Amino acid sequence: MFKIIKQLTSLVAVFAVLFAFTTESMAAKKSKTLKNTQKKGFVRCGVSQGLPGFSNADAAGNWTGVDVDVCRAVAAAVLGDASKVKFTPLSAKERFTALTSNEIDILSRNTTWTLSRDADIGLTFVGVNFYDGQGFMVRKNSGISSVNDFKAGVSACTNLGTTTELNMRDFFNSKGIKYEPVTFEKADEVVAAYDAGRCDTYTTDKSGLAAQRIKLSNPDDHVVLPETISKEPLGPVVRQGDSVWEDIVRWSLNVMIEAEEYGVNSGNADSMKTSDNPAVKRLVGAEGELGAALGLDNDWSLRIIKQVGNYGESYKRNIADTGILPDRGPNELWTKGGILYVPPAR
Amino acid sequence: MDNRGITFGYGFLSQESSFDVQFSLIEYDGSHSYFRAYLVGLLNTILVSVIGIIFATVIGVVVGIARLSNNYLIERTAAVYVEFFRNIPLLLQIFFWYFAALRALPLPQDADPMFGVFFLTIKGLFVPAFIWNNLDIFVYSIIAAIISIIFVRYYAKKKQENEGKQTPVLLISVGLLTILPLLSFLFGGSSFIVEIPVLNQLSQNSYNYTGGLGLPPELIALALALSLYTATFIAECVRAGVQGVGKGQKEAAASIGLTPNQVLKLVIMPQALRIIIPPTTNQYLNLTKNSSLAAAIAYPDLVLVFAGTALMQTGRAIEIVSITMLTYLSLSITISIFMNWYNKKIAIKEK
Repeated sequence: MFKIIKQLTSLVAVFAVLFAFTTESMAAKKSKTLKNTQKKGFVRCGVSQGLPGFSNADAAGNWTGVDVDVCRAVAAAVLGDASKVKFTPLSAKERFTALTSNEIDILSRNTTWTLSRDADIGLTFVGVNFYDGQGFMVRKNSGISSVNDFKAGVSACTNLGTTTELNMRDFFNSKGIKYEPVTFEKADEVVAAYDAGRCDTYTTDKSGLAAQRIKLSNPDDHVVLPETISKEPLGPVVRQGDSVWEDIVRWSLNVMIEAEEYGVNSGNADSMKTSDNPAVKRLVGAEGELGAALGLDNDWSLRIIKQVGNYGESYKRNIADTGILPDRGPNELWTKGGILYVPPAR
Repeated sequence: MDNRGITFGYGFLSQESSFDVQFSLIEYDGSHSYFRAYLVGLLNTILVSVIGIIFATVIGVVVGIARLSNNYLIERTAAVYVEFFRNIPLLLQIFFWYFAALRALPLPQDADPMFGVFFLTIKGLFVPAFIWNNLDIFVYSIIAAIISIIFVRYYAKKKQENEGKQTPVLLISVGLLTILPLLSFLFGGSSFIVEIPVLNQLSQNSYNYTGGLGLPPELIALALALSLYTATFIAECVRAGVQGVGKGQKEAAASIGLTPNQVLKLVIMPQALRIIIPPTTNQYLNLTKNSSLAAAIAYPDLVLVFAGTALMQTGRAIEIVSITMLTYLSLSITISIFMNWYNKKIAIKEK
């Protein structure tokens, strides 16, 4: 019995290798990451250790969130199946090392795009899938209604090793306020310490505050202050040096956003093949040879839209309907007053 | 590394760190260098290790001796303590002490002062600080006292070897330690004022203490967890050491007319220490290394400040991890060398 299974698996492996060879194109030859991914049969994706709305696992181990959807889109494009993703939960501290040391191929973990990260440590940011900004959460009964109400001696809980730590210093320094930073390695401990009263305020990206507020013992006793003290464009990251893979991830994200712009969603994608608009036809692979340029087949974008949905669907499913941030704010399309604007897929 | 676009070099150590640290023994803020941040982390690691080692030793010796007690209740209590604390993972104990403390401690405005001046609150233990005037003269007087005590001990030992007479060394030592610093106050111009922490309103419902000396709850929880955990192992070392001395030694010592105190001090302990010291050295090393779990509860030790925040902000994983490893290695070797020296000193000297 075992022998048969063994023989069968080796047979499957042989077929898989043959399949990989036959579908290999020029771009695939150039991209080691693409080749390895197709050989393995899954996309290796680094996510957070649990941030509702962005990347969070349920009790059954199913990952959901807008960051997760980026990896699923790449899996749909490259492997034809959005479920073929292996998620690796990473702390803020581990994330870049995991990527540069080849443990994962995409880092989609609410990571802020900054110059030093992009240029200095062997990483390349491919786009922005969420425009965020750092804010503060305080207790309602503290009477603090604005960041201008903070006084010297205030203690602030936050996550270790993030841009948050630097922004916090810039902010309090500019106000001339002496503060006490209390930094934890894991978000759960930050929440627990703030909840217990160790800190007067909890500071991180506003989306994070909204998501973590739900975890507090009495969410209604806490309020997020209106001010935003920094720009935090969050987006997926890949290793430097594999430009084909970089393009695949970038355009998988861009396709999701452009699909929303043209009103293409997971429900109507197939019928859009006969649309009158050439841009829409290109988007669903009915016109042009966009897939070949990336080393993929021409249905890659159609699969993304059908299996994962467009950006609006992803946002609604993960962030709006879960009550984290019902208002899209800057993460609305440029045509609707937001700043989501991607280069055209043509 | 070139392939992956990673550059290598230690030049970043002199760059501005631009992050703050909650608690530091030396003056530090974000405008200082990464190297300074490293020192902050290192000193905090040493601080919690030293506090941990002192408390673990005291608790360990007391519990170890209690386990040998003839009193059933004392012996059992000590045994339960040892079995309980040494069999629960340390990280869980750290979380327990930290979050239990956070839940149990009062907010600053509700804190009852202990002895009128100590405030134990959720934001830390606030104790009066001494503001010194001519501190250096006071420090010199202490150093002078310690040097003279060493001389007295040396002289007393010689006297006993030559004439067989005993000198009350302890009494003289205490006297010296009191009189010399006292002189520095009377004639040296040393003085201090006590600064008592004052409650300060931050907002409608939030307060904190300013002035005095504030110890963060993270430090207290970590030191507590480390000492209670390591003390159980030291207690077992002490018990093993005392039990390792043959019963005949005690009886023989008693039979030549030594008092029970002298039996313990001159016969049992010198032999027991030889058995106790080597395994206890291991425990000291363990405690120092275990202090790196501090990162879990936000105590700014070497791992949190340097191998945590600094690593993240610079992305220099290889450099920073190598420095951190070397640092722990050096710390451990220093403790080892000291303990080996002490071990050699108390070992049997064949004459």
